[in-house]
Amino acid sequence: MRLQLSPELEAFREEMRTFFTTQVPQEIRDTVAAHRHVTKEQYVESQRVLNAAGLAVPHWPVEWGGKDWSPLQRHIWREEMQLACVPEPLAFNTSMIGPVIAAFGNQEQKERFLPATANLDIWWCQGFSEPDAGSDLASLRTTAVRDGDDWVVNGQKTWTTLGQHADWIFCLVRTDPTAEKKQRGISLLVFPMDTPGVTLRPIELLDGGFEVNEVFFEDVRVPAENLIGEENRGWDYAKFLLGNERVGIARIGSTKRMLVQAKAHAREVTVGGRPLLEDPRTAARIAELENELLALELTALRVVATSADGKPHPASSVLKLRGSELQQAATELVVDIAGPLSLSSFADEGSEVPDWARVATPHYLNYRKVSIYGGSNEVQRTIIAGTILGL
Amino acid sequence: MDFTFDSEQNDLRGAVRGLLERAYGDGEQRRRVTASDPGFDEKTWSRLAEMGLLGLPFAEEHGGMGAGPIEVAVVAEEIGRVLAPEPFVEAVVLAGGLVAAVGTDAQKAEVLAGIAEGTTLAAVAHAEPGTRWSPSAAAVTATQDGGSWTLTGVKEPVLNGARADVLVVSAVVEGGTALFLVRGDAAGLTRTGYRTHDGGRAANVRFEGTPAELLGEGTADRTAQIERVLAEARIAYAHEAIGSMDTALRTTAEYLKTRKQFGVTLNRFQALTFRAADMYVSLELARSTALWASMVVDAGGDVIAAADRARLQTSRAGRHIGKEAIQLHGGIGVTAEYTVGHHTSRLTAIDHVLGDGDWALSRLAEDVDAHETVDPLGAPYTG
Repeated sequence: MRLQLSPELEAFREEMRTFFTTQVPQEIRDTVAAHRHVTKEQYVESQRVLNAAGLAVPHWPVEWGGKDWSPLQRHIWREEMQLACVPEPLAFNTSMIGPVIAAFGNQEQKERFLPATANLDIWWCQGFSEPDAGSDLASLRTTAVRDGDDWVVNGQKTWTTLGQHADWIFCLVRTDPTAEKKQRGISLLVFPMDTPGVTLRPIELLDGGFEVNEVFFEDVRVPAENLIGEENRGWDYAKFLLGNERVGIARIGSTKRMLVQAKAHAREVTVGGRPLLEDPRTAARIAELENELLALELTALRVVATSADGKPHPASSVLKLRGSELQQAATELVVDIAGPLSLSSFADEGSEVPDWARVATPHYLNYRKVSIYGGSNEVQRTIIAGTILGL
Repeated sequence: MDFTFDSEQNDLRGAVRGLLERAYGDGEQRRRVTASDPGFDEKTWSRLAEMGLLGLPFAEEHGGMGAGPIEVAVVAEEIGRVLAPEPFVEAVVLAGGLVAAVGTDAQKAEVLAGIAEGTTLAAVAHAEPGTRWSPSAAAVTATQDGGSWTLTGVKEPVLNGARADVLVVSAVVEGGTALFLVRGDAAGLTRTGYRTHDGGRAANVRFEGTPAELLGEGTADRTAQIERVLAEARIAYAHEAIGSMDTALRTTAEYLKTRKQFGVTLNRFQALTFRAADMYVSLELARSTALWASMVVDAGGDVIAAADRARLQTSRAGRHIGKEAIQLHGGIGVTAEYTVGHHTSRLTAIDHVLGDGDWALSRLAEDVDAHETVDPLGAPYTG
């Protein structure tokens, strides 16, 4: 038991902090800090800055640009990145399809895709969920039928995040409808979004933004060489990928940053001539959130400091569940600090409402998603009850 | 940064668990022991002394083991796991802690050695009716006449106050709060003991010109030292609470797997298993915070703030887990014949000895504007 970071890790933390706060363009970090829309160009620029310094894909195999860091180093990397308001490397590339290709792809696929994926030369999107296959993903119905040297894909995906920017999609498709278990007949295909027969329809969200899409496939011809791994083993790759999706999903650094902002806003807003932050109830609400976030951060540290043997620490399931709740609590806090100003959500020039108060409610509404994606919190409770408590 | 126990700490845990499992492995033994005074088992107390546990944090020159806060945490958690009624935190961490912090060499040599050997049961007489978790004395006063001191006033509740061989008493002197030692057989000392809801013992302790020995030298205000020892005890209690919550959750999960209603075991009902999952979340978050607080003590960081943080987290978790453990059991959880409700009772007691969650939150809220973020691996926690 020892609290302090080793001198090496302390230096590592400082190195990360310095890099993120000096090398990533300030304008991009300001956009993230203000919870404004990050453009495709900003994502790409930021990831290329990281990739040039070897900091975009540290968790990949070393031969493909990885760093062979300890789990604790990766944790520090991610937390410092969030604290500095750096857009994280695109998850679909770096946490999802990249590691899957590195682990299960053939040599040709690795060479073709991995460097471009790390550098965001290819923007990937995720074709997993379908209208009737959400938490119950294995019920997916999009089919791929072999026809000569091609697969012919028909069906529909949904909740495809940032699909409007995507060059390629990785897609779970049913290749054996006769398989005894529905998990067994699924394969993983990748193909360009501009392949004939692919149509994308943006879905407007409650915050007025366009972040997710429906994607329709009508007789889309995909060359057989675009199958990743083995036919009908797609479910294994999906589980591998979703395991990665949960890494870092607690987003502690990001919530910490939100609480810093909440305190700043609560100093600006006055009630009866005094800063709202001096109101005991407001101060207590912030203090309690800070303490809950501390407990979560310590749990994350416990998990990364003791999961070196490759097996996930039992407490890791707590991270997604609690992490999402605290992200949501922080956005809710900011709406409440804004009070009536929060109504001016779509105000434009001519409004005197500060920016942070305009985006507060859209951000809060948008963040209802975080307890739903990456395995909903009900799925997390099922995992805890089943695999940890044996219920 | 390292969250793992070393092999000696694991051995210590194994030894303590072995001893306490033999003593309190089934709830009936505990019920029997707590039914009569002094509310704990003197033989078990002696065995804890023989293992060196009652002198665990004291310096070796005073008869102790010279161990650190992590070892104290390990023992406290094992105490909580079986709800051992022996007053480890109260006598060793609190009473012994005050003597170690303030006493003269001679006082430490005598009192700490007595505590460590199990021959002196020390109790802290600090709380007063009409006060609420203050580090200072309020209405009990000390008067000096020549070289000797006498105390006047009432302390209550004094945990283990009736059985104690020596009381460590806080009292108002000119310029602040001083600490005194009062022997159990002192003149003008009236102790009225009673049972507490968690199976423990407390007392009304009345001083009427009672002779007392000044603890330490001089009458400088001891509030800061008292605050510090209270903080260390809050952290030790956090670990005792973690042990108890862990057992409450495991007992509940086991019950859900075996109890049948509507022809199936209760774990078939998602309404129940989800609530058990939430109990696990509360437990692990509190455990992380308690372990961290002990590491802050070890690192020489801000113990007061770390203790408040651990207090808040374990208070919330203790209430959540304690209440849900009973609810998920149903009626049997409210009975004294079954163990799980005793955990809820003990967790409720721990929550109110040295400050509850809202109390800790008020203190943290006053400070919320003084830092930008809470960095568990940085100032002021790493010393």
